[in-house]
Amino acid sequence: MISFPRARLRSGFSAFGVALALVAAAFLFAASAWATTIERVVSPGGIEAWLVNEPAVPLIAMEFAFRGGAAQDAPGKSGTATLVAALLDAGAGELDSKSFSDRLERKAIQLSFSAQRDTLRGTMRTMVENRDEAFDLLRLAMTVPRFDAKEVEISRAQVLSSLRRETTSPGDIASRRWWETAFEGHPYGRPVNGTLDTVSSISVADLKSYAQRVLAREKLTIAVVGDIDADTLKILLDRTFGALPAKPDLVAISNATPRGLGRRIEVSLDVPQTVVDFGGPGISRQDPDFMAAYLINHILGGGSSASRLYHEVREKRGLAYSVSDNLVWLDHAAVMFGGTATRADRAGETVELIEKEIGRFAETGPTAGELIEAKKYLNSAFVLNLDSSSKIAALLVQLQLDGLGTDYFTQRAAMIDAVTLEDTRRVAKRLLDKGLLVTVVGKPRGFVSSTAN
Amino acid sequence: MKIAKILLLIVALWSAWAGRAHAGAEFSHFTLANGLEVVVVSDHRAPVVTHMIWYKVGSADETPGKSGLAHFLEHLMFKGTEKNPGDAFSRHVAEIGGQENAFTASDYTGFYQRVPRSHLKEMMALEADRITGLVLTDDVVRPELNVVLEEQNMRIANNPAARLSEQMDAALYLNHPYSRPVIGWRPEIEQLNREDALAFYRRFYSPNNAIVVIAGDVTPDEVKADAEATYGKVANRADYTPRRRPMEPAQEAPRTVTLADFRVEQPILNRDYQVPSETSAKAGESEAIEVLAHVLGSGENSRLYRRLVIDQGIALNAGANYSGTALDYSKFAMFGSPKPGVSLQQLETAIDTVVGEVVTQGITADELERAKTRLIAEAVYAEDNQATLARWYGSALATGQTVESVRDWPNRIRAVTVESVQHAARTWLDPRRSVTGYLVKSLQSEEKRS
Repeated sequence: MISFPRARLRSGFSAFGVALALVAAAFLFAASAWATTIERVVSPGGIEAWLVNEPAVPLIAMEFAFRGGAAQDAPGKSGTATLVAALLDAGAGELDSKSFSDRLERKAIQLSFSAQRDTLRGTMRTMVENRDEAFDLLRLAMTVPRFDAKEVEISRAQVLSSLRRETTSPGDIASRRWWETAFEGHPYGRPVNGTLDTVSSISVADLKSYAQRVLAREKLTIAVVGDIDADTLKILLDRTFGALPAKPDLVAISNATPRGLGRRIEVSLDVPQTVVDFGGPGISRQDPDFMAAYLINHILGGGSSASRLYHEVREKRGLAYSVSDNLVWLDHAAVMFGGTATRADRAGETVELIEKEIGRFAETGPTAGELIEAKKYLNSAFVLNLDSSSKIAALLVQLQLDGLGTDYFTQRAAMIDAVTLEDTRRVAKRLLDKGLLVTVVGKPRGFVSSTAN
Repeated sequence: MKIAKILLLIVALWSAWAGRAHAGAEFSHFTLANGLEVVVVSDHRAPVVTHMIWYKVGSADETPGKSGLAHFLEHLMFKGTEKNPGDAFSRHVAEIGGQENAFTASDYTGFYQRVPRSHLKEMMALEADRITGLVLTDDVVRPELNVVLEEQNMRIANNPAARLSEQMDAALYLNHPYSRPVIGWRPEIEQLNREDALAFYRRFYSPNNAIVVIAGDVTPDEVKADAEATYGKVANRADYTPRRRPMEPAQEAPRTVTLADFRVEQPILNRDYQVPSETSAKAGESEAIEVLAHVLGSGENSRLYRRLVIDQGIALNAGANYSGTALDYSKFAMFGSPKPGVSLQQLETAIDTVVGEVVTQGITADELERAKTRLIAEAVYAEDNQATLARWYGSALATGQTVESVRDWPNRIRAVTVESVQHAARTWLDPRRSVTGYLVKSLQSEEKRS
């Protein structure tokens, strides 16, 4: 039975875009109530984690991130972090891949890793009764991954297959083209999962070298939620991560701003529906105007049916099933990135409309009523992100990566309420009047491309 | 397809949870005087509540020639009522910081909101109003039809694998309306209009054809009082008899479907068998099929993955799944992606060999235990998400299962034996009940051919 939700975010964003969008969504909602206590736990070995001890459910959820991610892939070797993430749980220490996965399955322990632009992330869930086994398997994966040649080739073949699929997928083409144009020559311009050439060239030595450089204690961020107390966690933190090197060996990444603003790039592909990605400069998480920008983004196209883009593109004209934009903040750049998918014969009209609405918004900003509603929404909705252990753990990792404190939950509402209509008008102009880089994939009619392709 | 699978896991989870003394979840199930069924599950960890209404109507209940109507009406349900015109409902949800959405499947249509707990009664009042109060004008219906056509483009037309799946469903069911895509056949969607939608609405949307599921920071007593004050006031519009669709004749010939598209860069082999659903199966049968799918194709140590990907090295991926949440029939699905240089026929032969071994020799006791452990453990994980639990209860009840059978899930899984799994394999993995689908690259695009 296939379900057809009325979801508004279209598929086809890069994995990175989706992940950040979700985190961003989590972030915005304001806490009206936060009954749960966050403990900052530091192990004897100096490893820090944020803990919510919640015994109501007999499980432990853990999320963690190493700074580094795909941005640390060596030149010509993009996709390395992705392959490392795929292989960390494919055999470790004395256990080959079969034995390792067998141990996980027998205790129903869930363990997986993923690579994003700035981080290599891990997620683990276990029932309390299997806690020690779970942390022990995680220790092996973290400290003595094997990268057996046979497993490397299986994972490489899987990544190459998905890369080949992406070459004819309109959503992937649009998103890749946007990022490689906006960040040409910068690590953020390289696809996280690499290219057919780079993934083919990655050696076992490259994978080991990446793991040795990035998996270190200093740039490790951890959050744990579930039926576990601080003293127990401290011991497990040292046991699990204690053997990692103290400091990572990271290559310096330069700060960048998106380029190609004002350009429209068309890629011709024979598909019934035309996919559009658009974006421009965003805002750093540390910028004093961040909250104003967040409110603006919500009002403009933040995924709610109240947003201007949703109303103009979908509700009034039926041009698309979904249209939205998100703020994406990275360690060395920030963008506002959105997308839609529309019928070919009205693709030109759709792009014009989005550009016009964004331009109009840059000029006038939101109305007083829109701002009040957005504040109400963001203040009330925060609790929706706190109803499962995994969601809370993911949020706590993001707060740490963003340099926010455990008191963020109590201060967030005041930060939102402090934003004035003047702030939003000023920031709308600052954020949105620099023009957009637009990538369009399909057979659009009425679309004038500034770059033939 | 994916959602149904998730629901199954939830089934597993919930039941394990229900069996745990410490969970302390209050649970309640009652029926209002007008026939509306209500399920309440308490989870007091966060001040949030999930409120869902499930109508026992889906694409399989559409009149032939009007495919896509159930889903189109789902979209139109957001266009307002006399009491709450336009997007008043959605605006209110947004103002209170809530989330809302809706979904349509073959057997049901659902609407939900996730809101801070204090707003539950307002949601119940708004949703009760929408059961019979919908107002539609051509001004809102016409743009929404375009939205649905773009949704069809996005989900199906732009996606070769989804198009293959649509063709396989059409071949899997010779007579039953599960053969139709939930979103509808495009030429029929294009003809849908306001009158069609309202006629369907009046026929199927009524309190006695709906289930309300509420999960979160609430107690059954307060919910019951609020439900009577809101839903209890809505009058029924029709009587409902058991849902009878045209049933399948004996399937006598294996079928194959090939979808060729110039955009296919990774060929895929799919094999679907028409098997019983949880509702239509005999006692113990659906559970055995669930374990069978797990042993054959869930995870890196499943038979298909281990044999095809690891040992023989002919596939990039391989697996199986069973989605049992349905009124009449379910699909047992297997899939594989060949490595470059390996043909779909080679892959199919290898899959058939693996299946053949299970049919003739059965599974081992160790495989059985490992599958049971994981299925039952899923219950603990599901316990962690109120929306997941609500979705599971709603889909089960909307497809003819009972609350009791849901809560008894761990015991039903524990009762599965190696013999029952082998019997299920022998009975149901019969080629005559199957459709095999091949996704292949064509050499020319449509554009170039025309």
